[in-house]
Amino acid sequence: MAETPYELLGVKPDASPDEIRKAYRKLAKQLHPDLNPGKPEAEARFKSVTAAYDLLSDADKRARYDRGEIDETGAERPQYSYRPHAEGAHGWKYSSSQEMDPADLEDLFAMFGSGVRGGARRGRGQGFQVPGGDRLYTLTVDFVEAAAGAKKRLSLAPDNPLDVTIPPGIEDGQVLRLRGKGDPGVGGGPAGDALIEVHIAPHPHFRRDGDNILLDLPVSLSEAVLGGRVTVPTVTGPVTMTIPKASDTGAQLRLRGKGIQRRNATGDQIVTLKVVIGAPGDAELAAFLEGWTQQHQTDPRRGMA
Amino acid sequence: MIVFDDLLNRFRDLERRELTRWVENRWVLPERHAETWVFHEVDVARIELILTIRRDFAIDDEATELVLGLLDQVYGLRRQMRRLCDAVARQPQDVQDAIRAALPKTHR
Repeated sequence: MAETPYELLGVKPDASPDEIRKAYRKLAKQLHPDLNPGKPEAEARFKSVTAAYDLLSDADKRARYDRGEIDETGAERPQYSYRPHAEGAHGWKYSSSQEMDPADLEDLFAMFGSGVRGGARRGRGQGFQVPGGDRLYTLTVDFVEAAAGAKKRLSLAPDNPLDVTIPPGIEDGQVLRLRGKGDPGVGGGPAGDALIEVHIAPHPHFRRDGDNILLDLPVSLSEAVLGGRVTVPTVTGPVTMTIPKASDTGAQLRLRGKGIQRRNATGDQIVTLKVVIGAPGDAELAAFLEGWTQQHQTDPRRGMA
Repeated sequence: MIVFDDLLNRFRDLERRELTRWVENRWVLPERHAETWVFHEVDVARIELILTIRRDFAIDDEATELVLGLLDQVYGLRRQMRRLCDAVARQPQDVQDAIRAALPKTHR
């Protein structure tokens, strides 16, 4: 997430106009392009700090920013209108809350059903049946749960929890249907279904490519050059993998069967190596490389330019 | 979807304690996931609605509860009404015409 104007100026969100002015002046002195010739990063920083000050020094703009009406560049944020949401697929969660008794609906439909012809025939409903409506729920699952499958409990209505089986390899946005778990029917009509829209929370390390799981794996310089056995996380738990000698950054190793496991096919986990040199300032390594480089001149960029 | 802390970042005049209270009052119904609350679009729109009505009408908790309750009933009825209208729209033309003709012109 980008820095907020408050963070850019290094002040608290409740800072007074005076504090904001002082913070800006101090930063402007440090970062002014005239004082930092040839330092484009200082100039860029100066521009963002100035933009932040322009926003926060204007009481009206600052209030609108605090209310979320404009973003940090001063551009209007789209204002949500509640109505399309309330009437949209997810709106039932609020619109049919405790205020809306199923008996009210029964009244509504019974009125509709019993009024036909003659008008006076009231009450009994005469076998007038209406199936219950479907209910759409949202359920967020972890990446690993989505990949390996899981059992989850939906607890939106605490008195009526729903158990959901997440099949392995479910896609983001996929909708599961639980028959008969939606709104009750009227006059003995069948209940509707619960539709569960599954969202997958992103994972810090794993990514999906169809049924394959992708992982970037940092390896040390010596592991890359000398090879070795390392522990690698997979969605079903850690496994041991052998890194061949002389493996470069970008080298891909395949862990067969460690991807999404479906009934008839199983994906792999594809591990992409990323060589990291580790903590900076390893004097011994640097000294060694200086001597070593003298006799081993190579140009990895040959043919590029 | 948006998690609790990002939401507070977006609505800067909404305090953590305040939003927590709204969730506890069940004015907003986020999803519980991984030790935090996850808000979907409908929930964000609802927070904006609550912020607006509280700011514009300067109302307290009890009045907020009342206004939300009434709004929810209206939207609930509109949903049921639309189910009914959709069902009518799926009928053959002559049935639709008959229903239209049978709608009383005046209300008793």
